[in-house]
Amino acid sequence: MCLAVPHRIVRVDGNEAIAEIGSIKKKVRLDLLEDVRIGDYVLIHAGFAIEKLSVEEAEDILDAWKEIEEAQNEG
Amino acid sequence: MRAIPLKLIEDLRNLNVSRPLRFMEVCGTHTVNICRFGLRSIFPKNVELRSGPGCPVCVTPASAIKIGVDLALSFEKTIVLTYGDMMKVPGPTMTLADAKARGGRILSVYSVVEAIDLAEKERDFKIVFLGVGFETTAPSSAWAIKEAKRRNLKNFFLASFHKLIPPALEILASERTLDGFLCPGHVSTIIGLKPYEEISKRHKIPCVISGFEAEDIIIAMLKLIEMAEKKEYMAFNAYKRAVKEKGNIKAQELLKEVFEEEDTEWRGLGIIPKSGLKIKEEFSDFDAKIAFKIKDESVKDIPGCKCGEVLKGQIYPYECPLFGNSCTPEQPVGPCMISSEGSCAAYYRYGGLIEP
Ligand code: SF4
Repeated sequence: MCLAVPHRIVRVDGNEAIAEIGSIKKKVRLDLLEDVRIGDYVLIHAGFAIEKLSVEEAEDILDAWKEIEEAQNEG
Repeated sequence: MRAIPLKLIEDLRNLNVSRPLRFMEVCGTHTVNICRFGLRSIFPKNVELRSGPGCPVCVTPASAIKIGVDLALSFEKTIVLTYGDMMKVPGPTMTLADAKARGGRILSVYSVVEAIDLAEKERDFKIVFLGVGFETTAPSSAWAIKEAKRRNLKNFFLASFHKLIPPALEILASERTLDGFLCPGHVSTIIGLKPYEEISKRHKIPCVISGFEAEDIIIAMLKLIEMAEKKEYMAFNAYKRAVKEKGNIKAQELLKEVFEEEDTEWRGLGIIPKSGLKIKEEFSDFDAKIAFKIKDESVKDIPGCKCGEVLKGQIYPYECPLFGNSCTPEQPVGPCMISSEGSCAAYYRYGGLIEP
């Protein structure tokens, strides 16, 4: 449950945003971070962005994350 | 799957370890990935990694399930919402899923935001959110309370079962059976390094914060072994891309504003001082425990289930006599087999029958 997954922010509207991972888009809240912009990579947990990630690092780990999420959803 | 650099595996396997070392991975997602990647098979011979209490659903006591069931079945015009993992956890009489089948209004959601939106839409109904989870999840519940106040929603209530990780580590460290903690990455995103530094110093135990990929975990284990061997009792951040030294200050402030610490019960671990988050008086209008006059009564654990010992790292899941016999993911007996992050489920799915 403490799983947080890297997403890219594609739209920002006040404290609400649309974040995407692969082809999946999700509505998320930005209330827990300062200054989130379009293009930022963030960790999403239970509908909230909880931390920003640097771009290279985020891209590097996205693939691995997708597998982890899939594995957890299999249950 | 991304290939793990061979050198890392060789480094770990060939490490010279002068004495038997027993570590614990605290987080349930770590447990799943360590099992999934088969990492226990590449640890040096006298290094052991036990699984800990970091599966929020597993440590939520049966009394919390009873409260959810009672709310949904005994109160008119009340809707109970919670995270999906909670639905199949056994309570003293039935699960939330059973209560739903009997006509109880219970919904599983991904985020507390859905509960706030529902409260706004269904003003005639009382919306109760069962908030479980550690520091990673609790800030969203704190947000929900402030948001309910802002939107003037008098029909939103939170039943807080949120728990804090450092007090649990404090108890485990004081038992002096462990030589180090592999610390939970996303709890650390919120709390930063300081709580671990204090535990390291007080109990002479190294703490390493780890990410969730195989490489992350191997690197964190290398560091943990090195620190244990050199007797370096401090906290090390091996997950810098997601964990800042001070953590997420905005989230910490939100937690402080809405909650205060209280003693609370963990399934299997008993009552841990100051490890629970209670809603502050200022926000008591939104406290389900007050609005519905809920008493938090301790209820007995499930007969035969050894989740308590599993959650404390005292036994491996396969040492429970029910493991794989009467308890499987299809027919689970205890929460450690039900939750997707439970140790029993992880060992069962990914070959936990093989001794490490
Ligand atoms: S195997 Fe089943 S019964 Fe045994 S500890 Fe795990 S969840 Fe409980």
